[in-house]
Amino acid sequence: MLRKRIIPCLDVRAGKLTKGIKFKGNIDIGDPVEAARQYYEQGADEIVFYDITASSDQRQIMLDVVRRVAATIFIPFSVGGGIRTLADMRAVILAGAEKVSVNSAAVQNPRLIAEGAKAFGSQCIVLGMDVKRVEASARIPSGYEIVIHGGRIDTGRDALEWAREAECLGAGEICLNSIDADGTRDGYEIRLTSLISDRVGIPVIASGGAGTPEHLHDVLTRGRADAALIASMVHYRTHTLADIKAYLSGRGVPVRVHWA
Amino acid sequence: MIGIVDYRAGNLTSVARALEHLHEPCEVTDRPEVLDRASHIIFPGVGAAAEAMANLRRSGLDAWLKKWVQEGRPILGICLGTQVILSESEEDGTTPGLGIIPGVVKKFPGTLQAEGQRLKIPHMGWNTVEFQGDHPVFAGLPRAAEFYFVHSYYPAPMDERLVVGWTRYGIRFCAALARDNLVAVQFHPEKSGRPGLRILSNFCRWGGNDAA
Repeated sequence: MLRKRIIPCLDVRAGKLTKGIKFKGNIDIGDPVEAARQYYEQGADEIVFYDITASSDQRQIMLDVVRRVAATIFIPFSVGGGIRTLADMRAVILAGAEKVSVNSAAVQNPRLIAEGAKAFGSQCIVLGMDVKRVEASARIPSGYEIVIHGGRIDTGRDALEWAREAECLGAGEICLNSIDADGTRDGYEIRLTSLISDRVGIPVIASGGAGTPEHLHDVLTRGRADAALIASMVHYRTHTLADIKAYLSGRGVPVRVHWA
Repeated sequence: MIGIVDYRAGNLTSVARALEHLHEPCEVTDRPEVLDRASHIIFPGVGAAAEAMANLRRSGLDAWLKKWVQEGRPILGICLGTQVILSESEEDGTTPGLGIIPGVVKKFPGTLQAEGQRLKIPHMGWNTVEFQGDHPVFAGLPRAAEFYFVHSYYPAPMDERLVVGWTRYGIRFCAALARDNLVAVQFHPEKSGRPGLRILSNFCRWGGNDAA
């Protein structure tokens, strides 16, 4: 049976993790390559990098990180953040990333998804969606609105409509981030996740709100997510990938268990 | 040297990186005269079958690959490479393949279900491969090892006795097949962590003529 994927997410700025990650003996690690290697060894099914570097001249630093990660870990990984053009996608893929994630730029220019899928294959193109709960209206019938630029700009676009349009354009996967749940550690937005996952034919990665293994269980069962993104719960060592997977497996969620 | 066949079917450098990690010298190339010097050939790829076949014909690699297989030298197909080895694919109507292994490449039906839920296509992520027999390329793996897949089509060799690994995704399909000097997998060993690296390492040490 296909496994539900557990995916640590690393935020990178100018080639460094934005917050240190604690590993064995509580050693703080600031190097994204070393953090990726540790998560790979510990059983991550995939890794997501978000490059939150502001200036474009520092993009080369991220490409160097991608090249070093690609030589170190042998599971899929994706890179998002600031991907605006086909050339940005090509650079990241040639540096060794399996997938690229597009977000704000795809909302402003949906053709980017179609062009990326044509050039590199749908399996390479992840649509990142930042979503905010709003009052349902004629314009936003699902009651979930797409926001861009880290949640600073409302687009007036319905999240479900955008998800379906992106699928038609050729996105291979959706990474669905709830702005409301993000950072709360109170659990994923189950209703939003199941709403989108039920209505698209491509895999959905749930993001935002993970605090306990039970939260992952809920989003991978009731939320019908195909994968779950995690950050602080593993970065601060309140949990390890092994205990999260043991918990999920114990409750009947199919997860990958042989990685050593 | 391990030759990696470049026919512009996606990014082939991930296979090269995995081999570098295993300290196996390798070369990614579309030139038959360079591939001729290799001890083993890896034939990877992602993308569309029709375009892949067109690229293989244009570079003369179609005939070269058939010759390599006939000469009994070791070859490993991965993903699209595996699919192209068969007679034909249902992709883009009907696309003829290299016909090295008789069989058809089929699309997953859009109506697949498991436990009441509609299964998504592509089949993307980690799934179990149940290996049959004791082929040397799959030696030393956990009984129900998991591998990374990403595909919408799967190989269906005419002779089911060639199947050495089965996977379930709504239906049971061939995830690995072998005949004499040829081994072909639908999953991505280069993206499947330790068990995947083990397969690549086994392949690089395999003589190609002691198949199960």
